[in-house]
Amino acid sequence: MTDNLNHLPRVGDTGISEQVLADNFRDLHPPLTERQAIIESQRCLYCYDAPCIEACPSDIDIPRFIRQIGEGNINGAAHTILEQNILGGSCARVCPTEILCEQSCVRNHDAECQPVLIGLLQRHATDHMHFDQHPFARAADSGRHVAVVGAGPAGLACAHRLAMHGHRVTIYEAEAKPGGLNEYGIARYKMTDDFARKEVEFLLEIGGIELRYGQCLGDNLSLAQLHADHDGVFLGLGLGTSRKLGLTGEDAPGLAPATEYIKELRQASDLTQLPLARRCVVIGAGNTAIDMATQMARLGADEVTLVYRRGIDAMSATGHEQEIAKANGVRMLTWARPLQVLLNDQRRVVGMRFEKTQEQDGRLAGTGETFEVAADAVFKAIGQTFANDSLSDPLAAELERTGDKIQVDEHFRTSLPNVYAGGDCIASGQDLTVQAVQHGKLAAHAIHQDLLAKQEAA
Amino acid sequence: MNTFTDSLVNGVDLSIDFAGIKAPNPFWLASAPPTDKAYNVVRAYEAGWGGVVWKTLGEDPAAVNVSSRYSAHFGKNREVLGFNNIELITDRSLEINLREITQVKQDWPDRALIVSIMVPCEEASWKHILPLVEATGADGIELNLGCPHGMPERGMGAAVGQNPDLIEQVTRWCKQYYSKPVIVKLTPNITDIRAPAQAALRGGADAVSLINTINSITSLDLDNMVAKPTVGHQSTHGGYCGSAVKPIALNMVAEIARDTPTRNLPISGIGGVSNWRDAAEFVALGAGSVQVCTAAMLHGFRIVEEMKDGLSRWMAEKGYRSIEEFSGKAVTNTTDWKHLDMNFKTIAHIDQDKCIQCGRCYIACEDTSHQSIAQLVETSGAKRYEVIEEECVGCNLCQITCPVENCISMVPQETGRPYMSWEQDPRNPFRKAS
Repeated sequence: MTDNLNHLPRVGDTGISEQVLADNFRDLHPPLTERQAIIESQRCLYCYDAPCIEACPSDIDIPRFIRQIGEGNINGAAHTILEQNILGGSCARVCPTEILCEQSCVRNHDAECQPVLIGLLQRHATDHMHFDQHPFARAADSGRHVAVVGAGPAGLACAHRLAMHGHRVTIYEAEAKPGGLNEYGIARYKMTDDFARKEVEFLLEIGGIELRYGQCLGDNLSLAQLHADHDGVFLGLGLGTSRKLGLTGEDAPGLAPATEYIKELRQASDLTQLPLARRCVVIGAGNTAIDMATQMARLGADEVTLVYRRGIDAMSATGHEQEIAKANGVRMLTWARPLQVLLNDQRRVVGMRFEKTQEQDGRLAGTGETFEVAADAVFKAIGQTFANDSLSDPLAAELERTGDKIQVDEHFRTSLPNVYAGGDCIASGQDLTVQAVQHGKLAAHAIHQDLLAKQEAA
Repeated sequence: MNTFTDSLVNGVDLSIDFAGIKAPNPFWLASAPPTDKAYNVVRAYEAGWGGVVWKTLGEDPAAVNVSSRYSAHFGKNREVLGFNNIELITDRSLEINLREITQVKQDWPDRALIVSIMVPCEEASWKHILPLVEATGADGIELNLGCPHGMPERGMGAAVGQNPDLIEQVTRWCKQYYSKPVIVKLTPNITDIRAPAQAALRGGADAVSLINTINSITSLDLDNMVAKPTVGHQSTHGGYCGSAVKPIALNMVAEIARDTPTRNLPISGIGGVSNWRDAAEFVALGAGSVQVCTAAMLHGFRIVEEMKDGLSRWMAEKGYRSIEEFSGKAVTNTTDWKHLDMNFKTIAHIDQDKCIQCGRCYIACEDTSHQSIAQLVETSGAKRYEVIEEECVGCNLCQITCPVENCISMVPQETGRPYMSWEQDPRNPFRKAS
């Protein structure tokens, strides 16, 4: 994975104590106590046609579940959340609520102090629910069998909803664990412990879902075969490959994709054994860049610099995320683009040369002025794309694409019959867990409707 | 003239002369657990209370109380909306109580000290206890004819207070065997509060105080299927008090204040008084003093400071120089429905700058009232709520459910039509010919 960081010292070499490390990777936003949840629930005005519901990509009836919390009906609240979003527990942790439900809360109004803490309330309900049996029943077996590619949020949500409709599902997952980015890509302090795994276990309780690991489309799995063997296929692929800087030295020791480091960080049982970049440069402006920079700072780096080619306003990381980075001492350099990877005589990364940029007639242009930032490691977080081979088999190659993403209609149907797609791999994917869940859920409805229609036609 | 050293608060004289009982301020502690013994009463006086009604004395042997005595009706944030108790009258001997009362009155001569009494409905009982109470030097007595739990089963408390003839009789005995002011405390567990008030007046009462507590069950333990407070595996109804009963008490006070026979009868207002504003409301509806219990039980005696401060500042702002000056000022504006102006019209107005678009007014009006608010969606997707003036009946519901203060206001409309009561209204099939 991050073999080209092996020359770096280990986190533990700085003498940072395990306690400090543990504290640094504890819940970023600690859960509400029961009392806090009750008090916060009373702040909800139970709006009619509530704007928070409109803002929720997964259509959760937010005022209802908050009222249920206020009435001491935690299972009812959890059911309200999960019936729209079976991954409501992880969404409560990772959703950028500040640009979704909480941004639209009427209590943002000047006289109302601050929005209701919807994300934390959702977490309270899903953390404290207790069902003797899985809260959603599986319909009678339909005799249909659907393949789901990818056990990330889109695929899992699709599988669960298909199971509710009585269809048998097999999920084909390339990695060794389910969860997708929830398992491998979320900052460790945003989703702690083994929550991602537990959530998947809960989801699978519905029954009728089989998970196969190490199944990689374009490698040991072909779309043509899946298509032939199943009544429908849902593609919930992740974007496994990091974009390249396109510079000499791209593969030099000390330069690595941020996603790979984050993956290793999430899976690490001992944080002291991770490679540490005392002076660290992160290139990018999204939440992955922020997560990378902040986590490296929390691992004990002396100097973390995040560099972005445009201005703060253009960053895709939310203001809230930027604040987290700043609070952790991350330096933000804007209007600069990477020009050259600086290597020492062992061809290891020792820094990066940047060129200052500016906007000219709406286009980004270099000013010719350059500067260097010394770094033990440089992490790129400039976006993800499909792994090269994943859509390379003859049938997959036929999928119509928008840019490099898979093109779908409003029912998540691809250009191929019986093949559906959702999540980050489709054109409208926005790298949001909650949106991926919605795609998976709606695709499952479409698959179900299409199967029913075929049955009637037959 | 004011003879108190500490009745001046923020330059306003809060002292009262209530049916001949003088106190430095109108805030008295009601007869209840907080006034059960000298220790509590002295602490109350030290905290600044103008008077105390000593917890009800009875005949020996003293009453015996059960364990677990209170329960509450909680709001969503665990604020106590209403409070319930199943305590009886004092569970200490008459002798100890009388001794303590005597001492406290000696030590605190300028504070009102009233002794609550409940003995069987027999002349001999009253004839026996009244001279003993008189000897304490206390300023007056209050007849507990209202206790709704426990005591009525023994023929006392509300069992007396629900029978106007008995009220009159007991009051008469008291006036016969006791020379100082007699206050009759009324139970709300009746149908028309005017009847017992008139009976007290006929018996010679110097004043009435109300309300005593209301029969209540506050909540249940649904796991064990038993009400609260729980005694073992059982419960019983108790007496309800606290801010939830204030509206009931205000109405009963007003009923007596505007009833012709009792309109000049002094009233000590009791029931959910929790702050200065509550007190001012009771006074405005005719009370000459107020009695407080639950608020003190929840927060301690110190609350009287905020009450005195708030009331005196408000009085100064309004130019009232004494409690008496505004006592009863709202009584004449409280009338029977039939005298209301049928030509008065008010309609809701929504201040769009203050509106936060929560939609509560809309759904309340649409589902449960007169469909007088329109939900408009602007091109930006933002919602806008507007009153459909021709449909609005001025019911106040939208204003009540609106979470933003002063966002929805009720605006009286100029109709150009004169006052017209229902009795004058041509739509009234039973209209009196004029």
